[in-house]
Amino acid sequence: MLDIRDLHVRVEDRPILEGVTLSVGAGEVHALMGPNGAGKSTLAHVLAGREGFEVTAGSVTFLGQDLLAMEPHARAAAGLFLGFQYPVEIPGVSNLLFLRTALNAQRRQRGEPEISGAEFLRRVRAEAEVLGLDMEMLKRPVNVGFSGGEKKRNEAFQMGILAPRFALLDETDSGLDIDALKVVADGINRFRGPDRGVLLITHYQRLLDHVRPDAVHVMAAGRIVASGGPELARRLEAEGYGALAA
Amino acid sequence: MSRAAEEAGVRAPEVRNAEAAAAVAELGTYKWGFTSDVEQEFAPKGLTEETIRFISAKKNEPEWMLEWRLSAFRIWQTMTQPAWARLSIPPIDYQDAHYYAAPKKRPQLASLDELDPEIRRTYERLGIPIEEQKVLANVAGARKVAVDAVFDSVSVATTFREELRRAGVIFLSISEAIREFPELVRRHLGSVVPVRDNFFACLNSAVFSDGTFVYVPKGVRCPMELSTYFRINAENTGQFERTLIIADAGSYVSYLEGCTAPMRDEHQLHAAVVELIAETDAEIKYSTVQNWYPGDAEGRGGIFNFVTKRALCRGARSKVSWTQVETGSAITWKYPSCVLAGADSVGEFYSVAVTNNCQQADTGTKMIHLGPRTRSRIISKGISAGRSSNCYRGLVRIGPSADGARNFTQCDSLLLGDRCSAHTIPYIEVKTPSAQVEHEATTSRVSEDQTFYAMQRGLPEEEAVALIVNGFCREVLQTLPMEFAVEAQKLLGLSLEGSVG
Repeated sequence: MLDIRDLHVRVEDRPILEGVTLSVGAGEVHALMGPNGAGKSTLAHVLAGREGFEVTAGSVTFLGQDLLAMEPHARAAAGLFLGFQYPVEIPGVSNLLFLRTALNAQRRQRGEPEISGAEFLRRVRAEAEVLGLDMEMLKRPVNVGFSGGEKKRNEAFQMGILAPRFALLDETDSGLDIDALKVVADGINRFRGPDRGVLLITHYQRLLDHVRPDAVHVMAAGRIVASGGPELARRLEAEGYGALAA
Repeated sequence: MSRAAEEAGVRAPEVRNAEAAAAVAELGTYKWGFTSDVEQEFAPKGLTEETIRFISAKKNEPEWMLEWRLSAFRIWQTMTQPAWARLSIPPIDYQDAHYYAAPKKRPQLASLDELDPEIRRTYERLGIPIEEQKVLANVAGARKVAVDAVFDSVSVATTFREELRRAGVIFLSISEAIREFPELVRRHLGSVVPVRDNFFACLNSAVFSDGTFVYVPKGVRCPMELSTYFRINAENTGQFERTLIIADAGSYVSYLEGCTAPMRDEHQLHAAVVELIAETDAEIKYSTVQNWYPGDAEGRGGIFNFVTKRALCRGARSKVSWTQVETGSAITWKYPSCVLAGADSVGEFYSVAVTNNCQQADTGTKMIHLGPRTRSRIISKGISAGRSSNCYRGLVRIGPSADGARNFTQCDSLLLGDRCSAHTIPYIEVKTPSAQVEHEATTSRVSEDQTFYAMQRGLPEEEAVALIVNGFCREVLQTLPMEFAVEAQKLLGLSLEGSVG
């Protein structure tokens, strides 16, 4: 589904990623762990198409397409969703308007008709109920005045409505209390499916107590330094990154 | 809009963002840059007493009106064009323009169906909502909109006149009003904006071609929104609209003004005067969507929009709200103002001014507090893109007798790109110690974080920026009547086209 091959990325002549190779198949959930500064968030942003990063070598294939050649909005329409570590505030634009506009923009790019108001609302209600979100909150401007936990739940909500093929979740668990963590983990577990993929970027083992990954990768200094099963995450928790990065 | 959307809290003005964004995608050039082929009857080129006599004769005006015009012209000849605004205005040859153009056929129409088909088509291509009335009529509880369509200089069609007459509301072209209600016009014309007020207002007083007159009698709530769509159509014809609205004691009226102009190579001068009078407990809401041709990306062509708009809140507890969405014109010089004379009267100014490419805008408001406990509120949103210059200039003056007067001003500027400029020039004069004046100003950029976030959710870059900009303007757009909010949002998207990436 997502194939990253020998990816090298620089920011202003400073190498950040130095040969990342990682493959996530359909139906799989992979966890990407590693210390701060390892390049995890950079990888997420490069995959989503953020400006300011220079890809100097390597390739990324997403559902058979050359991902790096696509504009960010086209990547979204192709089914790639990035859950932000720091969701952005957009004053004056209500959550629901934002989401509906985005959904319709994606559908337009895919040659699908726009969603009707009634159908959109039906999905919104259902998703909000599952995530325990207040409808009033969804009418407020995007992320403005939201707590850290609310912002992360809102990311999960957007993911639920946009129904992407692949979720790239950048430290979705940071800043969450245990209840919110469970809600977000449930969201990921519901999202899992035979034709969907997830790359979960996380610092800690605790999210993986609720979302069981198919594979765990450890990143350090711009490279994947170890890969394994869920037991790798538990080992990291016990021994720290130092042992692996060394 | 669907009820479901309403329930979802997708409020009316917002839901149109998607349309605005779609409009951005669909258009490559100034959409409305076409001309329609209607026979014009021109005044001879140039400006002399003869020109003014020609205009006055064409319109069968009474003698006093001609004298008024001539005296204005004599004063104008002694005046010079103001140079204090933050604008670079190329020299204007006032003798090298026609000051009157009318469609030759000017039948009395029983209904819009009798309108010249060519004019009708022009309106349809513009998407001007003459047809919209029918649409609105099909919507339960929808407000009716009366349109006084100004095609070039003369009103060719007026609708809903009868229903308005039944309510006692007079809604006519100013030329008709001069003939039919001479005393009313004579008493108020120039009473808010005196002939010698400024260079452009004085010029307008001499040569005004047509415009709108509204009188709402005591205690009457005008049964519909009144709307005039302006459109400059003749090449090299100055457009000098004159609008006079009088809301008598306890009355209410909402007036919508909007315009689109066809593409032209030569600059066109537009110098309108709008006078509003609100008596005791009366309220006037005046909304404008301005989309004059802004010139091409290199700054060639485009309308010069030098407008004087002023309201007199004469009676106690009277209220005037100006809302404007300014996206067009090569140069905009415009300060809709309120003179708050009546005790407890209220003035409001809500503005979105967008400049792109080489556009220049120097716009804002004046709130003159004379009466006790008068209140004013100014919300200005300036958006600059391209190489444009966008200046807010606002005066808040609290006179010595305005005890307990209050003003709140908020000026926000949004920059797109790094070659544009935004300026905020507030003038605050307070002559009474019991007044409260607040001024807040911010300048920000559309952040890369915001754009990327929206793009990651599926929006192309221009749509993303349009959405963010609409959010920035929300406070102002919310004050527009619904049918206008739609156009306003489309225009925001259109006028910022090509400003990103």
